[in-house]
Amino acid sequence: MAPAQGWARRYIKAFCKGFFVAVPVAVTFLDRVACVARVEGASMQPSLNPGGSQSSDVVLLNHWKVRNLEVRRGDIVSLVSPKNPGQKIIKRVIALEGDIIKTMGHKNRYVKVPRGHIWVEGDHHGHSFDSNSFGPVSLGLLHALATHILWPPERWQRLQSVLPPERLPVQSEDQ
Amino acid sequence: MLRGVLGKTFRLAGYTIQYGCIAHCVFEYVGGVVMCSGPSMEPTIQNADIVFAENLSRHFYGIQRGDIVIAKSPSDPKSNICKRVIGLEGDKMLTSSSSSFFKSHSYVPTGHVWLEGDNLQNSTDSRYYGPIPYGLIRGRIFFKIWPLNDFGFLRDSPNGHRFPDD
Repeated sequence: MAPAQGWARRYIKAFCKGFFVAVPVAVTFLDRVACVARVEGASMQPSLNPGGSQSSDVVLLNHWKVRNLEVRRGDIVSLVSPKNPGQKIIKRVIALEGDIIKTMGHKNRYVKVPRGHIWVEGDHHGHSFDSNSFGPVSLGLLHALATHILWPPERWQRLQSVLPPERLPVQSEDQ
Repeated sequence: MLRGVLGKTFRLAGYTIQYGCIAHCVFEYVGGVVMCSGPSMEPTIQNADIVFAENLSRHFYGIQRGDIVIAKSPSDPKSNICKRVIGLEGDKMLTSSSSSFFKSHSYVPTGHVWLEGDNLQNSTDSRYYGPIPYGLIRGRIFFKIWPLNDFGFLRDSPNGHRFPDD
């Protein structure tokens, strides 16, 4: 009688202890260090999802690298969508604050990116809901930096931070 | 001797990581204590007041007109601003000053909110930088705990005329 009850109570106690350690640590890790995400849509073709909806890429998102909100032109980043706060979008950083760039399909031909904002575009111009539609986005919406493609295995690679030369800013502050 | 010290250091590090993670989860998903600075929310919140902020409303999209929210500043994302929500997406906001003859209006875009401080004369808010994305909101302030003579739930906006007509 007594040993059996003692066993159940010890088990529950050990479970609760483990639970209150494992869950906060896991949640903090996924929020602050890194997580994975499946990419949907064709806005970043051919860099991401070249096969369309048949095989979505799974990318590694690194929160730690953007904890100080430092991004470079050409980085692929995920951010909270300015039009739908429940959705994350993944795009390439084209211009930083202070840059003047030539837009593609925006209502203004040239835009100067305001302080604290960045200009993002999908690689598949014309099929991308990006800054050409909603303008510069505040750095406060930055979520993570996409560093690697993890799945499918034949597409394992490190994502390159490269800016196509035709998208270089017309004028930038740090030159 | 060395093994004892090493063991103690690891245990201390383990506890620090564990309690740090619990603190992150509480501040991120439940709420916390915040000290506000600046005159833009007077008389509702004075400089150096200490308030309770809860983060559940923003996760469940329960922010309403009249709520006081903490948000990341759109021009300086490392600092926070504390303002009242005057308009939600789709609302028609008055953007000209109330003294000008020709009134100009603009609609708050989808996924955005219009913020204004209670101290309209001394507040840099959406009248200056436009509507801000909902994703910048971090929490809702609902209770003041310092100074004690003002302890309790926060008052409604003194600027009822700024809210859009339904």
